[in-house]
Amino acid sequence: MKPVAPLFREAEWDFETLDRAYKAIEEIALNELKLDVYPNQIEVISSEQMLDAYSSLAMPLMYSHWSFGKLFAREETLYRAGYSALAYEIVINSSPSISYLLEENTMPMQALVIAHAAFGHNHFFKNNYLFRQWTNAAGILDYLAFAKSYIAACEDRHGREDVEAILDSAHALMDQGVFRYSRPPRASRERVLEKHRKRREYEAEAYSELWRTLPAGITPPSAPLIPEPEDESDEMRLPEENILYFLEKHSPVLKDWQRETLRIVRTLAQYFYPQKQTKVMNEGCATFVHHAIMNQLYDKGLITEGALLEFLHSHTSVVFQPEFDDKRYNGLNPYALGYGMMADIKRICEDPADEDRDWFPSFAGSGDYMAVLKNAWANYRDESFIEQFLSPKLIRDFRLFALHDKAGESAYKVAAIHNENGYRPVRTMLARQYDVGLAEPNIQVAEANLKSDRRLLLQHRMHRGVPLNEKTKSLMLAHVERLWGYDVDLDELEAGE
Amino acid sequence: MTHFIDRRLNPKGKSLANRQRFLRRARAQIREAVQKSLKESPVADIEKDRKIRISTKGTREPRFRLDPRAGGEHDFVLPGNKEFMPGDEIKKPKNGDGGQAGKQAADYVEGDDDFEFTMSQEEVLDIFFEDLELPNLVRTTLKETPNRTWKRAGITTAGSPNQINLVRTMRNSFGRRLALKRPSLSEIEGLHAELEALEQENPEGEETQARIIGLKEEIARAEAKRKWVAFVDPLDVRFNAFAEQPVPASQAVMFCLMDVSGSMGEREKDLAKRFYMLLHLFLRRRYGKVDIVFVRHTHDAQEVDEQEFFYSRQSGGTIVSTALEKMLEIQRERYATADWNIYAAQASDGYTQSGDARRCVEMLNNDIMPLCQHYAYIEILDEREMEVFASEDSGAELWRAYRTVAEGWENFATKRISKPADIFPVFREFFRKPETAS
Repeated sequence: MKPVAPLFREAEWDFETLDRAYKAIEEIALNELKLDVYPNQIEVISSEQMLDAYSSLAMPLMYSHWSFGKLFAREETLYRAGYSALAYEIVINSSPSISYLLEENTMPMQALVIAHAAFGHNHFFKNNYLFRQWTNAAGILDYLAFAKSYIAACEDRHGREDVEAILDSAHALMDQGVFRYSRPPRASRERVLEKHRKRREYEAEAYSELWRTLPAGITPPSAPLIPEPEDESDEMRLPEENILYFLEKHSPVLKDWQRETLRIVRTLAQYFYPQKQTKVMNEGCATFVHHAIMNQLYDKGLITEGALLEFLHSHTSVVFQPEFDDKRYNGLNPYALGYGMMADIKRICEDPADEDRDWFPSFAGSGDYMAVLKNAWANYRDESFIEQFLSPKLIRDFRLFALHDKAGESAYKVAAIHNENGYRPVRTMLARQYDVGLAEPNIQVAEANLKSDRRLLLQHRMHRGVPLNEKTKSLMLAHVERLWGYDVDLDELEAGE
Repeated sequence: MTHFIDRRLNPKGKSLANRQRFLRRARAQIREAVQKSLKESPVADIEKDRKIRISTKGTREPRFRLDPRAGGEHDFVLPGNKEFMPGDEIKKPKNGDGGQAGKQAADYVEGDDDFEFTMSQEEVLDIFFEDLELPNLVRTTLKETPNRTWKRAGITTAGSPNQINLVRTMRNSFGRRLALKRPSLSEIEGLHAELEALEQENPEGEETQARIIGLKEEIARAEAKRKWVAFVDPLDVRFNAFAEQPVPASQAVMFCLMDVSGSMGEREKDLAKRFYMLLHLFLRRRYGKVDIVFVRHTHDAQEVDEQEFFYSRQSGGTIVSTALEKMLEIQRERYATADWNIYAAQASDGYTQSGDARRCVEMLNNDIMPLCQHYAYIEILDEREMEVFASEDSGAELWRAYRTVAEGWENFATKRISKPADIFPVFREFFRKPETAS
C-alpha cells in the first residue's frame, strides 16, 4: 500500500480540513462499517451558542419558558466557574441529522466528534426500533417551529402568565405524558377547528347573491365537502396511562389553546422517550463507532500518531468508570457500560472463551461482530440489551455487585456479586435498573366522575411497595388539579390489590 | 463543502428571553438575595456581576418521584466491588449525601437545594432600582452641569490664518490651476531651452528666425498667464471651523464624611454604608467616572480608604467642622469644579462640640454649598431617640444648625434614620423631583 499523507498535522482546523476529514470518515463509515445514516448537516458553533443549545433541551428551536432560563443560568454558572466542561457535540435526531461542533475543539477532536455524532448517533437514530416507531425525524423541526409560533401566539392572545401556568403543569407531567404502547394518532381539536375555519372561509368566498335568484327547486352548488374527522368520541378509555393525553381530551375546564399546549408538551415527551430508554446503547454505539473509525483512520495513515494519542486520551476519559466509593462516582457511566458491552461483543465474536460459548452460543466465534452489533442497535433498548448481552467477563471487569435495599432496615444487603452464582441475578437487576417503566412511577387515571362531583382518581401501582415521594406528590397534585379543574385524588396501591 | 455550516456568526444570547423570564419568575427570592449580597460587599462593588443563591421556591419543577426510603424494597447495582460477599450487610448512611449508596437513593428525591447562578450587574441594578423606583428620579432630579468645549464644525471660507486647512486649500488651488491651464515652470523652462538651442544653432535662417519669434511670443504669453493665474488664490483658501458646544461634565466625586468617634457603633456605620452605596450607585448611573473620597473625623479629620473608613475605630472628641475643612482642602487640591461634579454625604450621630455647629453652618453657607451639586446629611439615631425627636424641629445642636442651612439651599438635605428600612424612603426624598412651584 502506498503511503498516504495524513489529513492534517496541526491542531488548528479550517473548513477545508474538516471537509477532507469528513469525506475520509464517511468512506470508512459507509463502505467499511456499512452504517446506514440520515444525511448529515454539520454546524460549527461557539461556546455561548452551545450553552444556549443546552438550555433548550438541545433542540435548535424551542418555545420560550422560564425553566429553560433557569437551566441556562445554572449551566452558565457551572461552566464559568470551571465545574463542568461543555459537551464536545450535540446531535439532533432529525433528518437531515444536525450535529453541532464546538469551535474550540482541536482538529483531532473535530474528527472524533464527526465520527461519534454524525455517524455513530446518526446510525442509531435511524435504525433503532424505538426511534423508528416513535419519532418522526423528518418532521420534528417543522413541528418545533409550529410549537414555538403557536406558544408565542398564545402568549400574545391570552397573556404570558396563563400560558406559563399551563406549561408549568404540563412540564411537571411530562414523564406521565407518553404512550408506552402504540395507538393511532388522532386529529387534535385545534386542527379540527382549523378545518372548520377553512371551510367557512371557502363558503364566504364562494357565496354569491346570484344564487338567491334561482327558481325554487334548484339548489346552488355547495362547497366541496371536507371529510369530517374520524369520530372524536368523548368516551374515555380507562385506565389511561398517559395523563397528559387524558387531560387534553377530557379535562372539563381547558380551553382549546390549552389543550393544544398540552399536546405540544406530550408530543415532545414522546419524542424524547426513546432517548431515555437507550442512553447506554446510544452512547455505546456512538463511542464504538468513533473508536473503530479513528483507529481505521490511523491504520490507513490518515491521522498522525499525535492525533491518535489525543483521541485516545479523550476516549479513555469518556469511558472512565469510577468505582462506587470514589468521590467522582455518579452512577454507572453510560459511555463506559455501552462501549464496554459492545467491545465485548466484538471480542466474543472474534476470540471467545469457553464461558462465552456457553453464554452466547448463537454468535460466539461467528467472526462477524458488525452483524451482531447492528442487530442489537436496531432491535433492543437498554433494558433488553443488558439482559441479553451482558457477559460474565464484563461483570467481572466492572466488578458489579447488587445491593438489596429494604426501607426501614438499617443496612443494605449484598444480594449478588460477580461470581458464578451472581452473574445472572446481577445482570437481571442491572437490566431492571435501566427499565424506564420501573424507574418511573406507574401512575394511571383510574376514574373520572363527570356526572357528579367531577373528581379525578389517579392510581399509583407500586412496584415492590415503593411509594411516591410525599413532598413532590402534593406539589404534583396541585398541577394536576390546575389542568383538571376539580379535585384530584391519588391512591397508592400495592401490586395485586 | 456541502456539509458544513458556520453558525458562529449567528446571534448568540438565544436564551436571553428565557433568562429574563426566569428572573421575573423568581423575583421575590432574587430580590431578597440581592439585598443580602449587596449588604456584604464594598460600596463600589455594586457595579459588578455577582453570584446569587436563591431558594428554589417558586421556581420548583416537581415531578412524580419514587421514594424508596419511605417504604418497599428495591435492588441496585454498583461497580467496583472490593471485599463484599453475598449476604454481607452495609450500613446505610444517615442522610442522603453521607455515602454513595445513599446518594443513589437521594437521586429519587427532588432536591430542595439552593439554586446558585450569576447575575450581571445590569440585572442586579434592575432589581435594586425596582425597589427604589430610581429610574424616575435619575431622569429628573440631577441638574445638568454644562462644560463647554470647542468641537469641529466643518470648513468655512473665512477665518484666522492659524486655522487654515492646508489640504483643502491646496486641493482647491490645484483644481483651479488645472482648469485655467496655468503653465508650469518646467514648461516655460522647456521653451527657454528650445529658444537657446535655436539661437546657437543657426540664427540666420529665415525659418529659424520665424520660429524664434514665435517661441518668444509663446514665452511671453505663458509668463503673463502665470501672473494672472495665481498659484494660490484667495478663492482657494479654506479654514477649519469650530463651534462651541456644551458637554455635561462626565465625572463626579463623592465625599463620604462620617463621624467615627466611639458613639458611632457597628449599627450606625452599617446604615451609613448603605446610604453611601445608594448614592454611589446613583452617581454611577449618571456619570462616566465617579471618585469616592472617604473622610472620617473625630476631633480631627483624615482621608482614609474604605476598609478603614467602615471598620476601624478611633477615640476622641467630635468636631464636625474638621471634616468639612478636610473636604474643602481635598477639593481644592484634586477636584476643580470646572471638571468635577461634587457630591457630599455626611453621616453622624448628631453630636459635636458645642459652638462647632455654628462654624459648620458658616463653612457650608460660604464655601461648600456653592461648590456642591448636592449635600446630604443623615443623622443616625437609635429608635428611642427617634421617638424623642419625633418632630423635625427638635434635635441636637448640629441638627438645628443644619436645618438653617437647608432653608437657604435647595440642594441641601437633612434627614434622620434609625433602621435600614428608613434608608430607601429617605434617599428617595432627597432626590425627589422638587414640586414644581410654577
